[in-house]
Amino acid sequence: MIEVESLTKIFGQKSAVDHVSFKVEKGEIVGFLGPNGAGKTTTMRMLTGYLPASSGTVRIDGFDVAEQSMEVRKRIGYLPEMPPLYTEMKVESYLDFVARIKSLPSATRAERIDRALEMAHLTDRRHDLIRHLSRGYRQRVGIAQAIVHDPDVLILDEPTAGLDPKQIIEVRQLIKGLAGTHTIILSTHILPEVSMTCDRVLIINHGKIVAEDTPENLTTQLRGGERLRLLVRADEVGLRKALEGIDGVREIAATALRDGGRLSVVVDVSPERDVRSQVAARIVQGGFDLYELRSERMSLEEIFLQLTTEESDESARREA
Amino acid sequence: MRSLWAIYRREMQHYFVSPIAYVVGGVFLGVAGFFFNGILTFMLRQAMQMGFQAAQMGGAAPPLNVPGMVVQNFFAVLGSLTLFLVPMLTMGVYAEEKKRGTIELLMTSPLRDWSIVLGKLFATLTIFAMLLVPTLAYQAFLFHYSEPAPPWKILFAGYVGVLLLAGALISLGEFLSSLTENQIVAAVLTFGVFLILWVLDLGAQSTSGGIGALLKQLSLVRRYNDFTLGVMDLASMIYFASFAAFMVFLTLRSLDSMRWRRA
Repeated sequence: MIEVESLTKIFGQKSAVDHVSFKVEKGEIVGFLGPNGAGKTTTMRMLTGYLPASSGTVRIDGFDVAEQSMEVRKRIGYLPEMPPLYTEMKVESYLDFVARIKSLPSATRAERIDRALEMAHLTDRRHDLIRHLSRGYRQRVGIAQAIVHDPDVLILDEPTAGLDPKQIIEVRQLIKGLAGTHTIILSTHILPEVSMTCDRVLIINHGKIVAEDTPENLTTQLRGGERLRLLVRADEVGLRKALEGIDGVREIAATALRDGGRLSVVVDVSPERDVRSQVAARIVQGGFDLYELRSERMSLEEIFLQLTTEESDESARREA
Repeated sequence: MRSLWAIYRREMQHYFVSPIAYVVGGVFLGVAGFFFNGILTFMLRQAMQMGFQAAQMGGAAPPLNVPGMVVQNFFAVLGSLTLFLVPMLTMGVYAEEKKRGTIELLMTSPLRDWSIVLGKLFATLTIFAMLLVPTLAYQAFLFHYSEPAPPWKILFAGYVGVLLLAGALISLGEFLSSLTENQIVAAVLTFGVFLILWVLDLGAQSTSGGIGALLKQLSLVRRYNDFTLGVMDLASMIYFASFAAFMVFLTLRSLDSMRWRRA
């Protein structure tokens, strides 16, 4: 349904999107995940034809975005980063305007507007001025605007931004409800979001795709889980020898502190078993002094952040 | 065509809910009424004085068409007021869409650019025409009280002329609005350009030779003045229409270039 081939956007000297290629099958929900400024919005704007690509091609349902823009525009619903709202209008008349410019035939217009209001949980706000709506409701009007003409392809730039937790769940359900019949690309910088809504995830950083997989696989890969922080008076070699034998210890990183012989140690452990008592015992048996031992759990976001920074370091090294 | 209508309708709605349109309309009608009253009393006094002078000299008063003079002068003032009115109507037309991000909706919808540009142009022109409607009351007033009746020809030519002038100025103002996302910048820019147009016209009057003749040919204000004298010149009509068409073309280019610039 969507084919992107080495899509590139250069702003001045800097490339915001750098040879990005991917494919989205019909009915798939694909999440675009990346830190702010990674190139998500720029990529989406190029998918809709709002921004022209510096090079590369985008095809939607077989139509080239640059060459057959009108055909593409008929087939997409787009929620930009900032919902494009005429705040002086009422919700319903705004959707009527959008339906008209999406050239929806007048016979089905009223019905489609009702449907969009219902799907975005806006039915009771249809006569409100958009100006009087809260941030969350405005975001929903933005979503209703994207789905009012029942497009084949939905491009949603941060659809849950500005919503409260309850609304976020509703929007996720809405998106899941559209799956199968619609092809959806959504962007987010919230990791759990993609695992809950998407079939596939593209992680984008510095304008490049750094990982592409199903959320399940990514979460397994990313489940680095747990770390222990130790403060020990010991020599590094001896300490490593003492700890390496323990089942469940993965990696040991030690830094010498300046206060004479003490080490600050970070031990990566597998999350399945609790090895803290064993670690403590081994240290004491080895004749070292244990000052501190605490366990900390890495959040998914933290791991994701590490992944993207590591990956970009690697690619930087490769380039150098 | 349907989408042009949709754009037109939304734009009209926008004028009706925006305070700017009401303030601009109110001020315009107030000032126009003030000038009409001023012109009328001035002309009447003038006519009376001439009548006195003629009586003192012992002759008949020279024929003086007071209603005709009033209408002519009123349209001259209306032309100048249009120069001040239009920038306030056009400043937000594109600038606001850009600022609010709604331009992103328009540009990713299956609309031709020209239906956006023409829809907006016709909407502003309609609003302007609606502001002129109350001034018809002044003319009705003249018809009721004046002897001889005011000249139909000048009235008709005057209103046609002011609409043509407004069409040209609005298309220019909307083009300038498409260059920025700041309404104030758009307004100042438009005022500036209109002022230059005006000054150029004054320059054309004082300049002789080839350049003066050229400026006279190009001047919107000068061509409008012909209409206030009751002269409906086809060449002038075509000139106003082509001026507006050229501005529409520039606006289309400007919309197109938005895609290519850093968004």
